[in-house]
Amino acid sequence: MNLVQFYAEHSGEVLGLIGQHLYLVAISTSVAIAVGLPVGIALTRRPRWRGPVLGLANVVQTIPSLALFGFLIPLPLIGGIGARTAVVALVLYGLLPIVRNTYTGITGVDPAVREAGRGMGMTDRQLLLMVDLPLALGVILAGVRIATVVNVGTATIAAAIGAGGLGVYIFRGVAMVNDALILAGALPAALMALAADGLLGLAERRLAWRPK
Amino acid sequence: MTPALEVRGLRAGRVLVNDLSFTVGSGETLVLLGRSGSGKTTTLKLINRLLEPTAGEVHLAGERAADLPVTRLRRRIGYVIQEIGLFPHFTVERNVGLVPRLEGWPPARTAERVRELLDLVGLDPRQFSTRYPHQLSGGQRQRVGVARALAADPPLLLLDEPFGALDPITRVELQREFRTLEGRLGKGVVFVTHDVREGLLLGTRIGLMHEGRLAFLGTPDEFRSSDHPECQAFMSAA
Ligand SMILES: Nc1ncnc2c1ncn2[C@@H]1O[C@H](COP(=O)(O)OP(=O)(O)OP(=O)(O)O)[C@@H](O)[C@H]1O
Ligand SMILES: [Mg+2]
Repeated sequence: MNLVQFYAEHSGEVLGLIGQHLYLVAISTSVAIAVGLPVGIALTRRPRWRGPVLGLANVVQTIPSLALFGFLIPLPLIGGIGARTAVVALVLYGLLPIVRNTYTGITGVDPAVREAGRGMGMTDRQLLLMVDLPLALGVILAGVRIATVVNVGTATIAAAIGAGGLGVYIFRGVAMVNDALILAGALPAALMALAADGLLGLAERRLAWRPK
Repeated sequence: MTPALEVRGLRAGRVLVNDLSFTVGSGETLVLLGRSGSGKTTTLKLINRLLEPTAGEVHLAGERAADLPVTRLRRRIGYVIQEIGLFPHFTVERNVGLVPRLEGWPPARTAERVRELLDLVGLDPRQFSTRYPHQLSGGQRQRVGVARALAADPPLLLLDEPFGALDPITRVELQREFRTLEGRLGKGVVFVTHDVREGLLLGTRIGLMHEGRLAFLGTPDEFRSSDHPECQAFMSAA
């Protein structure tokens, strides 16, 4: 059975899985940004927390994804079988690049420029919104891009805990020793990762200030 | 008339800056001269409260600096830092118009003011307004830095080696222009430099800093003829 034929016969199911996959990635990346950006900013204001917070985020990153999904299942509220648990895991994975890049982006802003801003009478808030964030935007968006691309891949494993997505075909293909089925899931996932990488890369170049 | 700046018994840390007292009147330029590490930059930061003094008082145009909200104080002091620190993501126009914008001026008034200031520092507004700092030469950046410090018409200017990183010819050119500007502006100016010739050219008074203290304070002529060893060390280096 070739791939084209397979997609033609299962178009409804394929589109459904792609939709689920996009949903998992979009929700988890949005939450990771909503949490990671303020945390990253807070770290630049409280450097003492930097070690522990980034360390913890690093440790989470090293937990194999299948194991993390497994650990989360028995937890109350966030656990269980299904998309919610998968989203929680993906958020955890997405946090590190976003927190770290927000922190590095802002601390990388030329100290002379920040000092000029403060010396001219900017409030902390104005300094953040007019200087820190615009100048760090490129680095922050690079973190978002990494988080998104990694999560497109990791989300395939969410199928193992019943969260759906393109991983459904991959797991089914592995169980049935059917390469075409594995490919049917892996190919759109790979294309999705490439597309996310391209689009966010474009956003990075369009939105971020850069010298020369 | 109340002086633009009055500093009394200013101190930071144990010895970083110790027991500084001086006044700068409107239209006066106090040049702070001193070796690297003598506390010149620290003194400026104590005036605009980028550093908090451990003792002493600063008065800006008659008001106690410690009583003013710190952002308000800083918006009334024009400040050019040693590294200039133009905002790289702002055009020249937005850089110069920053404090007016923070102060909520109407955009038309800010735009008018920016044009006026660019003219004042010798940059054609039509040519330079929309450029970014990386599209300027070092000398042009210094000019923008000075224009930016002047934007909200502050009574006091703090200039930290504003012509530091320039070639000698551009430097002399900017010094000459600044000298004519000083008279027209009628502001109190504290001008930091370690270049004696620059200091003697631009200062109405010279304060010589040595190890965090004001070792000498007087007119350029008094400085030239002073028998203070640190003054002589500087004069012989000129
Ligand atoms: N943030 C700081 N904390 C502690 N010490 C500092 C700090 N900044 C500067 N110093 C020290 O304070 C002293 C005075 O520094 P300052 O920057 O005022 O010197 P300066 O006269 O401006 O020198 P230069 O001509 O090199 O700019 C120096 O010994 C310096 O090492
Ligand atoms: Mg200095």
